[in-house]
Amino acid sequence: MTEVGSAGATRYAGARVHRVEDARLLTGRGTFVDDVSLPGMLHACFVRSPFARAAVGGIDTAAALALAGVVAVLTAADLNPGVHEQWHTSVGKDCPETPRPPLAEDEVRFVGDPVALVVADSRYVAEDAAELVEVYYEPLPAVVDYTTAEEADVLVHAAHGSNVVGELNGVPADALAEVYAGAAHVVRATISQQAYAPVPMEARGIVVDYAPASGDITIYAATQAPHEWRAFCSRLLGVPEHRIRVVMRDTGGGFGQKVLVLREDMAIMLAGPKLGVPLKWAEDRRENLLAAGKSRRERADVAMAFDADGAIRAASIDFLSDCGAYPTPWPVTSAAAVGALFPGPYRVPAASFATKNVYTNTVGRTAYRGPWQFETLAREVLLDIAARQIGIDPVELRRRNVLRRDELPFANPNGMPYDAISPAETLEQAIEMLGYDDFRARQAELRRHGRYLGVGVSNYVEPSTPGYGSYATEAATIRIEPSGKVNVSIAGGSTGNSLETTVVQLTADALGVDIGDVATVQGDTAVTGFGAGAAGSRSGSMTAGAVGDTAAVLRERIVAIAAHRLEAAPEDIELAGSRAYVRGTPAVGLSLAEVSALAYFDPAALPPGVPPGLEASARYRAEAGIIWVNATHVCTCEVDVGSGHVELLRYIVSEDCGPMINPSVVEGQIAGGVVQGIGGVLFEHLAVDDDGNPLATTLMDYLVPTATEVPEIEYGHVETPSPGPGGYKGVGEGGAIGAPPAVVNAVADALAPFGVTITTLPLGPSEVRALLRGAVSGG
Amino acid sequence: MGEGSALGGAGGADVPVRLNVNGRGRRALVEPRRTLADFLREECRLTGTHLGCEHGVCGACTVLLDGAAVRSCLMLAVQADGCDVTTVEGIGPPDGSLGPVQQAFVDCHGLQCGFCTPGFVVSVTAFLRDNPDPSEAQIRDALSGNLCRCTGYQGIVRAVRQAASAASRPAGVEEEP
Repeated sequence: MTEVGSAGATRYAGARVHRVEDARLLTGRGTFVDDVSLPGMLHACFVRSPFARAAVGGIDTAAALALAGVVAVLTAADLNPGVHEQWHTSVGKDCPETPRPPLAEDEVRFVGDPVALVVADSRYVAEDAAELVEVYYEPLPAVVDYTTAEEADVLVHAAHGSNVVGELNGVPADALAEVYAGAAHVVRATISQQAYAPVPMEARGIVVDYAPASGDITIYAATQAPHEWRAFCSRLLGVPEHRIRVVMRDTGGGFGQKVLVLREDMAIMLAGPKLGVPLKWAEDRRENLLAAGKSRRERADVAMAFDADGAIRAASIDFLSDCGAYPTPWPVTSAAAVGALFPGPYRVPAASFATKNVYTNTVGRTAYRGPWQFETLAREVLLDIAARQIGIDPVELRRRNVLRRDELPFANPNGMPYDAISPAETLEQAIEMLGYDDFRARQAELRRHGRYLGVGVSNYVEPSTPGYGSYATEAATIRIEPSGKVNVSIAGGSTGNSLETTVVQLTADALGVDIGDVATVQGDTAVTGFGAGAAGSRSGSMTAGAVGDTAAVLRERIVAIAAHRLEAAPEDIELAGSRAYVRGTPAVGLSLAEVSALAYFDPAALPPGVPPGLEASARYRAEAGIIWVNATHVCTCEVDVGSGHVELLRYIVSEDCGPMINPSVVEGQIAGGVVQGIGGVLFEHLAVDDDGNPLATTLMDYLVPTATEVPEIEYGHVETPSPGPGGYKGVGEGGAIGAPPAVVNAVADALAPFGVTITTLPLGPSEVRALLRGAVSGG
Repeated sequence: MGEGSALGGAGGADVPVRLNVNGRGRRALVEPRRTLADFLREECRLTGTHLGCEHGVCGACTVLLDGAAVRSCLMLAVQADGCDVTTVEGIGPPDGSLGPVQQAFVDCHGLQCGFCTPGFVVSVTAFLRDNPDPSEAQIRDALSGNLCRCTGYQGIVRAVRQAASAASRPAGVEEEP
């Protein structure tokens, strides 16, 4: 791959440009929210419910308040009346949302529910005082099992009248009865996955700095969406948006958890101004695992009908999701996406879906990288079950059904309009990279020696870059300073997605300047235009659009100034290497510094009609409603049937994300997602007991993968340009979507000689041993 | 900063400590219960030492204590009295440029959000000092005490390989990454 760094390179997009974020982060000079320290700043600690459900009888704060260093102990009665409005922009004001009190009022609804807020002059004292707050609880029966929540006598939110948050259905299953009745093969399964969570290495955190004299509020936050936080805070407090500034320099990972303002953040937004002092809350790991939300706990009855040749005739899913007590955002639409996307990148002529979301007395559902990824898990696991049932190779079954380029555009039966994808190509590429036939031969050989290897394949097609509502636009401001150096600002911010580097690359290309001449300012609402943040795998494409539209304005101006000065035709002016010169005669030209000096310091020398200065802002509007992305994941493993240990051997991803802006960034995003998906299958479980007590509140109990469990990931790329700017597609979420079924199918394939069928996650050693015992006793 | 209230659970008066942090002498009065990590982050304002779990699992708070890689969240500042501490801010050359481990992380895309990164840099620095020519298995084993959620460890493993081979080959010899 091309290494770039020297002047004269004509194009940075596509190159493995080193990250501009790295130097500060490698030397301990990043600024994460807990690194922010302000004069007079106080520290907050939450008192949290130890019960899954209880009535709150009263709260005695006297002992806590008596502790030296304690400034305030705030309860719902102190804070909640300060709420003006609370709704998230992407969901809208009129959605039938779950009421989210910043602090619990008369009832706590999960273990970890925040009940009171202690403010003290150090975190140590705040934690001491939190233990001195006496909350009088009357424990109540709780709804813990989401599979029976709908019928439970107990209601999580009595005012809601039901434990069903909402339902969204497609074609009803009955409508396909004839297709199933007439099919050569019908395959059914109930597939479920356990709760797991984003677990960013930096937990949540916020500093609210209220200036009493002016009424201005500055918020430092661990967020993926600073503008959303500003808008939310404005509505929450009834403070005009322009009096609020949200700053995020470095955020230590988010993966969906840090897009939206959650209840603790609201409490700090309310408490800071109320107390009139800078206030910090830095979530600890226990709180993060207790209260920052869960993802994934869901199940579905799924079915597929096949003809005698293995062609899919119908695909059906009846989906149920555990939303906990306070889901954020409203979970009904992402559940519907599970239904709508279930047919996947296959030639499926008929489909039905039903999706239902229920409340339980557990921590609320929050977004996590590919929030709808269950559709891929369920479909791809079902396809492998089908392959075994029909007696056909699982790759061959996919080959017969996968969409081919000449069939595009193709609307799946739920109306999803796939285009510009290449699932047949990624499937073949990944299989080729593995050497599938050789693997099968080796697998057969080793089985004879009592060793159990398996291979798992998964395909998906994913909607990226939503082009609707608040996601539909993105702004950039580019200032070519009087010296000719370039500053580009965009909402963005560093949360691990390398967006600073991406923007610098794109801007250098768009203006024909040396990459070293470009700097970027991001994550500060005071200097960036509204952007919906890092969500929905939207940043690459939307940023390219914003930079492209903005740079086009400046290019035209630079060209006009240079042409005028050089007495050349504008169409003969070329921009490259931070110079504007006459095409074919590079010596005849001006440096960007010279053009800039004219633009700022010598306006009389500018051609007629050209405005002075070299500053521009533009807001890009997405052309496509959705940019589709596809990939094939292939995983091989060996299962120790004695211990139940699964060792991953090879992991291959063939992805079509269009042209790559920076292959290192693309691969980094894929790898991170894949390893989170591996963790979700083999290690991670945000478990609760039958009473709703969390069982994994440390990183000793909640196991994330380490370097010893993760294989080297091999990448293949197929490049089908998207209809968006540069042909780019989103690549942030796909790894976490494709990985779980590839791993499940590999384990199931390894255990196929034992007649094991896997439909439930996770697959830790004890679960694998239980599957083997069940197969032996059942067989 | 030594709030040490009578009821603070601190169990005693503030204690004087003297440490050498990144080559600079530091004297302070600290609460006995104050962790070394909080002392470094708050008293010394060396915020590169990060707290990812505060129970010794994630490794983001790793520092060198008299040369040994330790979890600063599991140590008290008073236990480090008289010790030499090196944090990520003191790992590189004094001129502020990147050291070989840090440069390898840049070259190999070994970091994304960067929160876990200081712990990895410190751990890897100690590891390669003690094992200048490690095997692949030794590298992965050495890294297993630090958690990363962004990179899938792919670039980190490559970075350690690169830093190891840079350390064990003659100066001026370039190698394909």
